[in-house]
Amino acid sequence: MREKIARHDMPCQDPVTRARNFEEVALGYSEETAIAEAKRCLQCKKSLCVTGCPVEVQIPEFIRRIAEGDFAAAGEVLKQKNSLPAVCGRVCPQESQCESKCVLGIKDEPVAIGRLERFAADYQLARGKSKVTIPAPSGKRIAIIGGGPAGLTCAGDLAKSGHAVTVFEALHVAGGVLMYGIPQFRLPKEVVQSEIENLRDMGVEIKVDYVVGKITSVDELMATGYDAVFLGTGAGLPNFMGIPGENLNGVYSANEFLTRTNLMKAYRFPDYATPVKVGKRVAVLGAGNVAMDSARTSLRLGAEEVYIVYRRSRTEMPARHEEVEHAEEEGVQLMLLTNPTRISGDERSWVHSMTCLCHELGEPDESGRRSPVAIPGSEFELAVDTVIVAIGQGPNPLVTKSTPGLELNKRGNIIVDQETMETSKPGVFAGGDIVTGAATVILAMGAGKKAAAAINDYLKNK
Amino acid sequence: MYKIVKRRQLAPSIVLFEVEAPEVAKKVEPGQFVIVRHDEKGERIPLTVMDFDRIRGTITIVVQDVGYSSAIINQTQEGSAFLDFVGPLGVPTEIEKYGTVVCIGGGLGIAPVFPIARGLKEAGNQVISVLGSRSAELLILEEEMCSVSHEVVIATNDGSAGVQGFVTDGLAHILQQGKKIDAVWAIGPIVMMKAVAEFTRPLGIKTIVSMNPIMVDGTGMCGACRVSVGTETKFACVDGPEFDGHLVDFDLAMKRLEYFKDEENRARARLQCSHEGGNH
Ligand SMILES: Cc1cc2nc3c(=O)[nH]c(=O)nc-3n(C[C@H](O)[C@H](O)[C@H](O)COP(=O)(O)OP(=O)(O)OC[C@H]3O[C@@H](n4cnc5c(N)ncnc54)[C@H](O)[C@@H]3O)c2cc1C
Ligand code: FES
Repeated sequence: MREKIARHDMPCQDPVTRARNFEEVALGYSEETAIAEAKRCLQCKKSLCVTGCPVEVQIPEFIRRIAEGDFAAAGEVLKQKNSLPAVCGRVCPQESQCESKCVLGIKDEPVAIGRLERFAADYQLARGKSKVTIPAPSGKRIAIIGGGPAGLTCAGDLAKSGHAVTVFEALHVAGGVLMYGIPQFRLPKEVVQSEIENLRDMGVEIKVDYVVGKITSVDELMATGYDAVFLGTGAGLPNFMGIPGENLNGVYSANEFLTRTNLMKAYRFPDYATPVKVGKRVAVLGAGNVAMDSARTSLRLGAEEVYIVYRRSRTEMPARHEEVEHAEEEGVQLMLLTNPTRISGDERSWVHSMTCLCHELGEPDESGRRSPVAIPGSEFELAVDTVIVAIGQGPNPLVTKSTPGLELNKRGNIIVDQETMETSKPGVFAGGDIVTGAATVILAMGAGKKAAAAINDYLKNK
Repeated sequence: MYKIVKRRQLAPSIVLFEVEAPEVAKKVEPGQFVIVRHDEKGERIPLTVMDFDRIRGTITIVVQDVGYSSAIINQTQEGSAFLDFVGPLGVPTEIEKYGTVVCIGGGLGIAPVFPIARGLKEAGNQVISVLGSRSAELLILEEEMCSVSHEVVIATNDGSAGVQGFVTDGLAHILQQGKKIDAVWAIGPIVMMKAVAEFTRPLGIKTIVSMNPIMVDGTGMCGACRVSVGTETKFACVDGPEFDGHLVDFDLAMKRLEYFKDEENRARARLQCSHEGGNH
């Protein structure tokens, strides 16, 4: 019998302190803890955990290397399948993926796969660059539109096959949501940029400030000698509620609020020139990761009371468990089964309150979740001076509208062959949030990987 | 990096830059804008394009020093470069043959009106331009506007050039001559665009304005640039920046420009400069 060891917690900054700074919240395992946690792994022959990973990281193998103390080797194993392991170790919803399949989890707690991934990836980043062997050029050129996790993963895999890959990115840096959306305290931007540096070392060219659909089109790229195109433009179009008062000052989309803070570093204003303004009482609408990030960012920018306003109940909240836990520890208050109906402002057009309606759970809807039903007469006023709308994002139409022959669904997402990620337009592949709607980093990476394999086949047969 | 090949001071606090950006220059059309970031710590600043040269591969922008970031941009010298220069963004002006068109530029707004007037003239329209500014000293691009217009009317608030008054007085002057106007473009401070739209509304003259809200990405990703047009909320960076002036909620637009006023003042205090207006 193996001795039963409890899952190791990851040390975190103290909630009171961290709620006022932008330093990373979770501090990562020490070498000793990592080895101890790695030793919990049963090294199952039939590794179910791998089936739970959209990019099929060889989980038992990298964990075994950690247990043996060969951290660099563990990092190499990760890199074989995952081009952004330091990112994934921090932001993947492991509880519903690899860790949900861990045999230990049946009776006990699963191995902390995500934390170990982070540990090994960080070890490798800290040790500096690993040797990259650049394969012989294939003579093929591929254009990747969008430098988020989907595009970057696809780019990395194609570069490994010797193709000349160019990533076209609309913003001034690559990384997508990893740079503009997910906050510094959860995913340090330096980590993202080192992972991107690794891709550059592999020969991937990254062209920033390049809005495809404006400066050029997919057809023009193909006409100028790109043999295949991958579209990974993400879900970058913020949804609003469509309630009165949404254009008042003090109302942000989560995208704007987070972009100002993360991408433009407004938390360091005026050293950085982009401002962001947060009041004393903030309502964040929605309960996904984006909402949690907005709420926790508000606290760090000096808000006193921060509410998550969500029309369903706690069990339906789509955010990662850890994010909700961290948000609550830091003092974010959940206002569940509540939906805003109007935002009101003062004579200067600044938000001063929000009218809300209480709800109760009714019958399950198509998504299987019990749908909220308004309770008549339950209206109340919530005094707030900032409202952040985090109720989801749709697909940005800049590329899709400028690309004839691309089949879209009624929401505007690109339709692809699920196996090959090929679109209705020959030679054009797509993946990530632009196909699935707002989802997760790892699903976007999985799609980028699948597409890279399919593009390889396509180029062989071309 | 995007090299500045020419820098010309047009008026106190107004500077013209010709910038090397060949790929943008190949595609840009009148009415579109670019986003400029001066340096690593800089803001992304939207600026409407004044001119472009597809052969030289350059774009010309005109910048008024109205706050911290525009002041930094305006201090940049010929031969140096901007870190980021993104474009062309927004929807181009609908250039077609309307008949007689009036192109109104107020203050810095004369710069973005220039390529529109030129385009409209080339499309066979009779182009009358109305240029407005506070005083003769602040009047920019008069010569350039003359070269792309059949007739130019100037209005200054203090009467130091042209007629004394506002651009709407210039417009009234044209109507008094019995001319039939088929469409109006008006670009300038929001109060000016609102005044023009109110002037033309009862006359039923199609009036296009170019909005310059606060922006961040300029690609439809953040919604900072929301403008209320009729019953709809539009994103100026992707749906505009030009809209039907009779449908735009100018009062809201004006208030939204005040969103970060306190922060702007804080940043500007560092530079100790103070000028009025907004950039186009
Ligand atoms: C605040 C926030 C927190 C999140 N937290 C988590 C989390 O904890 N865990 C998790 O798994 N997922 C999380 N997600 C979701 C996850 O980030 C996304 O699912 C993932 O980034 C999608 O990857 P992508 O490559 O498809 O798109 P994106 O990351 O959106 O990247 C798309 C890129 O394409 C660029 N682009 C768009 N249009 C053009 C164009 N016309 N030309 C050139 N470039 C263009 C964009 O600028 C962007 O860089 C979060 C999302 C947000 C917004
Ligand atoms: S500037 Fe961000 S959507 Fe227009």
